[in-house]
Amino acid sequence: MFDLELTEDQKLVQETVASFARAEIRPAARDADETGSIPSGLADKGFELGLVSSAIPEEHGGFGEQRSTVTGAIVAEELGWGDVSIALQLLAPRLLVYPLLEAGTPEQRAKYLPSFAQSFRAATAAVVEPRIDFDTTQFATTATPENGGFVLNGTKCFVPLAEESEAMLVIAQQGDAPAAFLVDRASPGVTVGEREKNMGLKALATYEVSFESVRLPAAARLGGERGADVERVLNLSRIALGSLAVGMARGAFEYARDYAKERKAFGVAIAQKQAIAFILAEMAIEIDAARLLLWEAAWLLDQARPASREAILAKRYASNMVLKVADNAVQVLGGHGYVRDHPVELWLRNARGFTSFEGMAIV
Amino acid sequence: MIDFELSPAIQNSRQMIHMLADQVMRPISREYDEREHEKPTEFLNMMWSVSAGSSFGNAKDSKDSALASGSVKEGNLASCVNIEELSWGDAGLYLTIPNAGLGGAAVLAAGTPEQKQRFLAPFKGGEPKWGAMAITEPHCGSDSAAIQTTAVRDGDQWVLNGTKIYCTSGLMAAEKSDGFVVVWATVDKSAGRAGIKSFVVPAHTPGMKVIKVENKLGIRASDTAMIVFEDCRIPLDNILGSAEVKTSTEGFKGAMATFDATRPLVAASALGIGRAALDFAREALERAGITIRYGLAPSKLTAIERDFMEIESDLHAARLLTWRAAWMMDRGKRNNLEASMAKAKAGLAVTRVTQKAVEFLGPLGYSRKLLLEKWMRDAKINDIFEGTQQINMLIVARRILGYSSKELS
Repeated sequence: MFDLELTEDQKLVQETVASFARAEIRPAARDADETGSIPSGLADKGFELGLVSSAIPEEHGGFGEQRSTVTGAIVAEELGWGDVSIALQLLAPRLLVYPLLEAGTPEQRAKYLPSFAQSFRAATAAVVEPRIDFDTTQFATTATPENGGFVLNGTKCFVPLAEESEAMLVIAQQGDAPAAFLVDRASPGVTVGEREKNMGLKALATYEVSFESVRLPAAARLGGERGADVERVLNLSRIALGSLAVGMARGAFEYARDYAKERKAFGVAIAQKQAIAFILAEMAIEIDAARLLLWEAAWLLDQARPASREAILAKRYASNMVLKVADNAVQVLGGHGYVRDHPVELWLRNARGFTSFEGMAIV
Repeated sequence: MIDFELSPAIQNSRQMIHMLADQVMRPISREYDEREHEKPTEFLNMMWSVSAGSSFGNAKDSKDSALASGSVKEGNLASCVNIEELSWGDAGLYLTIPNAGLGGAAVLAAGTPEQKQRFLAPFKGGEPKWGAMAITEPHCGSDSAAIQTTAVRDGDQWVLNGTKIYCTSGLMAAEKSDGFVVVWATVDKSAGRAGIKSFVVPAHTPGMKVIKVENKLGIRASDTAMIVFEDCRIPLDNILGSAEVKTSTEGFKGAMATFDATRPLVAASALGIGRAALDFAREALERAGITIRYGLAPSKLTAIERDFMEIESDLHAARLLTWRAAWMMDRGKRNNLEASMAKAKAGLAVTRVTQKAVEFLGPLGYSRKLLLEKWMRDAKINDIFEGTQQINMLIVARRILGYSSKELS
């Protein structure tokens, strides 16, 4: 029956990740954005929290905890509250690990999972393609069956940590449906380009990656003979990205709210003016609305029910919401919102990307 | 544990009510929009016979365990789901259904056990009855603290004087049944908010008179009354809550708590109208060969697809906010913030959804041959009554900022 109460476990996880975000991520966010890298050791600290290893089965060296998409959404929100660039980096290994947990064959799991259970190791997924009409209904990157294996051709962008990842998950069109492939970075024909220069997410190294007649064995297809439910993997990614957006929006809302209560104009706090107060009220409503839509889609995915429409709409809603919230946060701060002494301009740059992002995180 | 599945009991009642909405309400929907001020007697009698004393259409006492859906406390959520279905059928007709209504909600929120028994028990049988709530006055709406209707104690009676407007089902409650009207009045004008109390005035009480029934944009099947109280005398124990005027505004806050229960219900009605328009528009578009394709690149989407996805998720977001507010009520959690969030969002969402749906259908949408234009007219009231969108935004703003009504007005 309808219930919105978190379990005790979920509350504990939420509190743990929230403290980590407060103590470690948020204070590092501005420098990370300016320098284009995160502090050394931060990824390891994230790993210590179990962000990657908790769901890896014990037989492969992990903690074997049951994955829950709802819990994943809660965790992603807290990390996003800290900083989206850093969060995407800490979560990057999951881009390979979680699809393996979802659909990997025993051989595929045995090959990759143990090393990811030990310490932070970069991994990535190549989903987005650099074209104006990119969406996930049809991929321009193709996997053509040949000699019992596949030949991969195409170009991807927004591939996080591609340079330092030894292996990546590549989504490509195989006939009339998308399929996922496990590709070693060192395979002939794989070229990782220059680091991309983006408006936001500056602390996260992303790359264009091209595949030129990359020959893959049949065993490289995720799920082997049986294949994988790529749509489900994409849905799990939509929940992750949407929840990161909700977390960031919450951060921006809180910052604008606190500022508005401090800042005086015409003898009162600007928050005491309806023009500002209503902006803040709308933020609060829309953040809650987006979170509920995401939780519902996450819950459907946990029930293994069809959830594409819900996940697409929830992520879309959150992406539009976070942009508006970040934009309004800048607006509430006025000129102070435009200078880099405050974090809101960073949030606005990061927020704009969510309508473009797909497959860059997973829960 | 997070769970978005409605209980089997709620799902069952939803299914039944949906059938009723589809087969009984929709066929007479246009007729009672056109024949404003006439009552669908057959429908009302039928609804009374199936619903008297049962769960749907009312705020629920969270302490009342004897709910239709069993021992689990989910009465407010059940009401929200049921009201959405009824309003999917017809929001105006839904509002005319005989029950204790908003007056009942006020009794539940502020009445003693004895009062609940005395005023609400008659709604479990006999002839159809209506309860109504009279707050708004010609000079004040959202600013309920400015109420001028007076209640003066005279021996063992209260004497009411004043004029109330926009009282939903006021005619039925005051004169056409043995129901009651809950009237907000001040016992001490100098005390401001602290002096505002609510009183139960039984139907046919001398001195209470309906002098006008409004002509409206929508929800025309429902009567909206202007009621005058002229030396209207009621028993002393018809006051809800304490008669004492405290220096604090406790009493007024208690009265305002009624809205925490009723705002999710109004939001639920908005959802029903919005879903009616959304369902209809989707089918009409499909018949015209236009299906909504989800998950496409921005450059591939048509304007209709983009708009449709926006209103669809807006409406569903409003639904989840509404269910949350009702669920909190059921669990005995304070939901003042969440109830206002739901109401503000749902009122705005339904207004947009219905206006967009008319646009989608081009010239057909504007025609009275279809119900779309009616739904658009019906929808707008949800953005206004039970606290306008703006008043609810103000409440949300005060709560998130920790401001009193003095600090943020």
